[in-house]
Parts: sequence; C-alpha cells; structure tokens
Amino acid sequence: MSPELFQQIIFYVFATFTVGSAMAVVSVKNTIYSALFLVLCFFNTAVLWLLIEAEFLAITLVLVYVGAVMVLFLFVVMMLDVKQAKASQLKQSYTKAALLIAAAMLVELLMLFGYKLSGQIPTNELIRQEQGYSNVAEVGMELFTKYVYPFEIAAVILLVAIVAAIMLTMRKRPGNKQMDASKQININPSERIRVVSMKAEKGQGEDS
Amino acid sequence: MELLEFLIFDNLIYILAIVLGVILTVAYLTYFERKVIAFMHVRMGPNRVGPRGLLQPFADVLKLLTKEIIFPKNANKFLFLIAPIITLATAFAAWAVVPFADGMVLADINAGLVYVLAMTSLGVYGVIIAGWASNSKYALLGALRSAAQIVSYEIAMGFALVGVLVAAGSLNLSEIVRGQEGGLVHWYIWPLLPLFLIYYISGVAETNRAPFDVAEGESEIVAGFHVEYSGAAFALFFLGEYANMIIISALTALMFLGGWYSPFTGDSWIAQPSIFWFLGKTSIFLYAYFWLRASLPRYRYDQIMRLGWKVFIPITIVWIFVVAVMKVYHVGPWWN
Repeated sequence: MSPELFQQIIFYVFATFTVGSAMAVVSVKNTIYSALFLVLCFFNTAVLWLLIEAEFLAITLVLVYVGAVMVLFLFVVMMLDVKQAKASQLKQSYTKAALLIAAAMLVELLMLFGYKLSGQIPTNELIRQEQGYSNVAEVGMELFTKYVYPFEIAAVILLVAIVAAIMLTMRKRPGNKQMDASKQININPSERIRVVSMKAEKGQGEDS
Repeated sequence: MELLEFLIFDNLIYILAIVLGVILTVAYLTYFERKVIAFMHVRMGPNRVGPRGLLQPFADVLKLLTKEIIFPKNANKFLFLIAPIITLATAFAAWAVVPFADGMVLADINAGLVYVLAMTSLGVYGVIIAGWASNSKYALLGALRSAAQIVSYEIAMGFALVGVLVAAGSLNLSEIVRGQEGGLVHWYIWPLLPLFLIYYISGVAETNRAPFDVAEGESEIVAGFHVEYSGAAFALFFLGEYANMIIISALTALMFLGGWYSPFTGDSWIAQPSIFWFLGKTSIFLYAYFWLRASLPRYRYDQIMRLGWKVFIPITIVWIFVVAVMKVYHVGPWWN
C-alpha cells in the first residue's frame, strides 16, 4: 500500500463521516444527538484539513468550535427541556424551500469546481511545502500584514458583541444575596469572635 | 509494506511505550497520593498488599475490573459507555506532542501548544456526556458545573499559554524548552511568574481536582458526573483524570521549568540535560496536587467563577503585554 493510496483511503473514510454526521445533525430527532453529531462533523472536518497540511487551522477548529462553542451549545441544550419533535409536527412546506436552497448551493459549488478545473491550480496534485514549513507563522504573517484591518475590525466587533450581550442580560434583582469577596476577606476576627479565658471545670460526678 | 513497517516500528512502539508508561505512572500515582495524604494526616496509608503496600494499585485495578458495570434505568447506553472512553482517549492523545528529552517526542509538530490545549479542552465532553447519559440529577448537576468551570478556566489557561508563546516565539514544545537552555535563571518561570501560577492553578481547575472539585463535590452532589459509574467504566474515568493531572504537571515543567534541562550550569554530570530532570520536575507538580488536596477546603462555586473571570483573566492580559515589552527590549538573561 503506497502512502498516497493510504492518504486517499483516510480522506474518503473521514469525508464519508463528515457528510454522514452533517446529515445526521439535521435528521435526528433528539437535540442532544444533533449537537453531538455537529461535534463529530467538526472533528472530521479538522481531520480533512490536516490531510491538506493545514494543521494550525485544523487544531484551531477543534479548540474553538469543539472545545468551547459546542460545549456551551450542549450546555444550553441540556438545560432547556426541548421536546422531541415528531414527524407529524415537521412542516412539509419547509422541504421544498430546503431543496431549493440545497440545489442552488450545489450549482454554486459545481461552478466553483469548474472554475478551478479550468485553470490556475494543478488539479491532480497537492501543493506540497518542504519539511520545516510552518503554517502557523504563515497564517500570522498574512493576518497581521495583508489583512490587519479586517482582522482588527472583526476583533472590535466581537468585543462590542460581548459587552452588549453582558449588558443585555445583566439585571440587578431585588433581594440578591450576592457576596462581596473583598468584604469577606477584610473582616476583623475580633468583631465576630470573643476569646474567653477560663479555668478548666470538672465534670459533674467525675473525679478525674 | 514500507508504510506498514513505518506505522508499526516508528509509531506504534512509541505509542505503546507512552501509553503503558502513563498507565503505570497513574497506578503508582494513586499509591503516592494516598501515602502523601496519609503522611499529612499522620496516618500510615496503604501498607497491607505487598511490601509497604506497594502492590495496592494492582489490587485496586483488579477489584475495579472484576466489578459489575451497572446501567441506570433509562440511561442512554451508548453515550453512557462512550463517555469514559472519550475522557481517556483525549487524556492520552495529548501525550503525543510531549517531548520527554531532546528529540524524544512522538510527534514534533509545530502547533504543539495549541494541540495540547485542544486535546485537554476536549476532555470536557466525557464529563458532559457522562452526566447527561446517566439519567441522574446529581450527575447532570456535576456535568453542568464541570462544563462551566472548564470553559472558564480554559480562557485563563489559554492566555497564560499566549504568554509562553510570546516568550518562546514558537508553538513547538521542543522549541519552547530549547529557549530555556542555560541553567536555573534562564527558565521562563522568572519572567512569567504570574502566568506560571495561573497556568498551574487553572490546570488544577481543569482537571477537577481539589480545591476545585465542585464537579464531584461529595458532600453536595454525591460524586457528580460519575456517580452512576462502577467497575471498569469508573476505572477509565479515574485513569483519565490522573493522566490529565500528569500532563498538566508535565506541561508546566516543560513551559516554565525548562523541561529536560538541568538547573545547574557547567560540565559536570549533574548539569547534563536528561529525561530525569523532566520527570523530576513533573513530580514536583504532581506532589503539589496532593499537597493542595490535603490542605485546602473546597471552593464555593461563585468563588471559583470569580477567581477565574475577575482575577486570572485580567492578570494574564496585563502580563502578556509585560512579556511582549520585555521581549522587544531584550531584557536579559532570557532574551538577549
């Protein structure tokens, strides 16, 4: 078995898993399963990215989406008591719209592939970098030179979103018994406890 | 055929060596933990099985493996079984990029630091899935607490790692260690002291160990997410937790204490870099885990959240800039 064949087998196995889990996300009834299949889908996508040697992006996908975003997603899904949808409840009218959108996306993808096949990139072989090539450094250089403004603007928008989300959800409830940590730390023990020195007493009816 | 040979001889043997090593270390870590805590409680600790109780871990393992695995009523069997496997697999996967000595590493990848962070953050799925699949309110409460705690402390942990990344100028763990060559004063623990403390404390929180063990707080929610687990499935959780503790300790040693380098300088045998320095430094942090467990009471949930969000994250953000300034101005002996 040659390494190329091995790589292709790995690719097709994980590509199948990716597509299968992506379809399962929208077709399973249980919301928890849906979220878990989405995790599986992200994970398999990361493996596909590893195969095209984009290891930094692949690991970041796992770290950010699987490790943080989906955890919070699962958290919410578990906290909410979502009733399992029955087949009869699903609106049939959505199916047509969904098929239409899917068809449009398929055409777009095919057009993109057609564009790629018609020129520029050599289709039958991957662009390989020599050993020791670090795409971490490469991504960093691109982000902070060529795309520095979009990058910074995106960062500011995210910050604004965080602040806005906190402002929208923060409410002071009356009767809230939240404790102030600095007050707790700075208490004076002598105000709360009195040490009394007294002679040892003998118990009643005991001699020793 | 060549590929198969490559896979078996160049990878499988190393993987087996690491996995068996970690499992054996975990076994004796439990013994060590019980002895250390017994010492701090002025007790004897395990001393019945084998000389000085040295065979106790094996007795425990045999006991756990021969016990029955009980499935709770209406539990989701598939998820119930896969949760401990996820915990264990992610705990072992992180070991792939740990350099034990110069060049002694399974996968010397450039994004090693991010990889470790990703793998340790995946461990939370084992906890969440276990908590949900058990069909028990205590397990679910434990899982929710754990998820909130791990996600919160991961941010502080990530920022502490950004500090290391700025200091070393590389995400490769071997490169990070090589940046600290040249004795005690060259270690990153000195310029990154606040980040070092925050990383280690966040590591303790990530692994759900005392004093951050609200996820399994025995006095409130019995045993948290693994309350319904027994036998081999529980053993896997146990193994995963301890493997995670070792990896946090190992990473702290690599990133802040110069990994395999000796604290001494010169040409004598004691100044030679070797795997024993790395193992010794790792052991210090493992001991600190037990020390903390034996001496501190459990944090309250709101205290944990306050510490993570309001104390650690601001300190790390400020210190990242301090490190950047120190690096740009070539503050010695680390960056000249």
